[in-house]
Amino acid sequence: MAAIAQEAPEGIAPPRRQGIVFRGSTVWRWVVLLVATVYFLLPLWAALRFAGIGAFGSVVSESGFTSSLALSVRLAVITTLITIVLMLPTTVYVHLRLPKLRRLLEGITILPVVIPPVVLIVGVLAIAPGFIKATSLLLALEYVILAMPFAYRAIDAGLRALDLKTIVEASSSLGAGWVSTLWRVVLPNLRTALLSAVVLTVALVLGEFTMASLALFETFPVWIYVNSQTSGQVSVAASLLALFVTWLFLLAITMVGTRQSRKTGGREVTLFTVARQETRGD
Amino acid sequence: MPKLLRGLRRAAGVVPFGVYVTLGLFAPMAAVAIGAFEDNNGNFTFSNVKAATHGIYLHGFWQSIVLSVLTSVIPGILGLMIAYALYTAKRGRVLRQVAITAAGVFANFGGVPLAFLFIATIGSSGLVSQWLTTLGFDPYAHGFTLYSLTGVVIVYLYFQIPLMVLVILPALEGLRPAWREAAENLGARTWDYWRHVGGPVLLPSFLGCVLLLFGSALSAYATTEALTNGTIPLTAIQIGSFLNGNVIAGQENIGKALGLGMVVIIAVAMLIYVVLQRRAAKWLR
Repeated sequence: MAAIAQEAPEGIAPPRRQGIVFRGSTVWRWVVLLVATVYFLLPLWAALRFAGIGAFGSVVSESGFTSSLALSVRLAVITTLITIVLMLPTTVYVHLRLPKLRRLLEGITILPVVIPPVVLIVGVLAIAPGFIKATSLLLALEYVILAMPFAYRAIDAGLRALDLKTIVEASSSLGAGWVSTLWRVVLPNLRTALLSAVVLTVALVLGEFTMASLALFETFPVWIYVNSQTSGQVSVAASLLALFVTWLFLLAITMVGTRQSRKTGGREVTLFTVARQETRGD
Repeated sequence: MPKLLRGLRRAAGVVPFGVYVTLGLFAPMAAVAIGAFEDNNGNFTFSNVKAATHGIYLHGFWQSIVLSVLTSVIPGILGLMIAYALYTAKRGRVLRQVAITAAGVFANFGGVPLAFLFIATIGSSGLVSQWLTTLGFDPYAHGFTLYSLTGVVIVYLYFQIPLMVLVILPALEGLRPAWREAAENLGARTWDYWRHVGGPVLLPSFLGCVLLLFGSALSAYATTEALTNGTIPLTAIQIGSFLNGNVIAGQENIGKALGLGMVVIIAVAMLIYVVLQRRAAKWLR
């Protein structure tokens, strides 16, 4: 506080709330949000004009559309399942039995964020056995690695908001085994955390291009790329459509999640924060 | 001995995860690192690394670093401002949910679709270029082009800003409104509040988020590939071209050396982050 006192020149009353009205007024906030909105919506509008309304009708009938979309959706489902089955028990187990390993787990799961996918796929293609390389399972298996940072963080935040030890002890004193405890006690308490893990995983899989294209699988993003060379307008229409549908999907999931969480005393669900009010900021 | 056995049994719960990460992450990365020092017959050699640090590949590293620094610091600051505006919006629950889910979508947006969006907007005959030309300022007559480094920066902001908004929001929630009120009651102005309260609380997470953005920019592949068709040499694209088979046969391992180089760059960036955070901790005392 001494620094503040020095700044005020003697004899002159320190001007409170100087020049720019950065607070108390909502002007700057609206300016920031308006500029951001224009920057993000203008290209969409320009692309919409470029594609023309007619292109949207012909997206569905374009060759390769159905098969590539089906592949992407299938990959999203498989990836999400493996991610949950692998990460949920591991994270719960580490929280309960091996809390010392938490930092290590955190460190390992952040790696896929910093390792470029293009480097990872080089290594994967170099060592993966032929029978896995031949199927799209290869992609699903690697997408689990890419989704790990988000999935782990979401589940971890959810677990921190719980009194995990007590509820697990209560459950086992009532005679429940590990699986039963996980399935009937921990899982329902982690609904919102899992929801955000799923949302982030699905968004990631549906948008991933680098690995899919370099491993030569025609997922939806790869199809858009290949198709753009022959019919640009249809490709733009398809990608606008994909963007809009994904967004609606995410919005629906967060709104449902928030309603659920309100019912059980939680708070607003966003994509990254799932902790309850009383646990944050400590 | 029983103690060791018990320890092993306790560790059993993390074995599936450990095996998965080893096979899916560590083994491929080891393959890259080893391959970088092997010739095509599997003999030890430095020639890949030597090739990767000279000529067009060195230039590629340089361009990648410049681009990544620009597209992590600029969207870092802009994203923080937007996130703060969203966070402080009163009664803005719907606005916030719409904006955050939109950020989730845009952060994963990229590749050809994104390139098309900007070609339609500020390409040589794009919408905004036309508007500006009508107003008497043709950006393409003044040296601007979308297919340059500046152009790529503008395009990258489209997914980097939303990413920043997503990752910095949880940190902003740590700023209690009560702290601001307390600071103001003690006579603090906006600058004082940010210098002594808000800044110190936010700085570590801000640096962490910028580091994440740096990694994201460095590994961005699809967008630049679609936009520039290789006119700007970036390391990620050069690695991709080794896999696409666009290079002379027998040099595949240079791609692995380039991959190793990228990992080294990231490692150095993380080191700088750690040092900066230590410095920051000292400065903020």
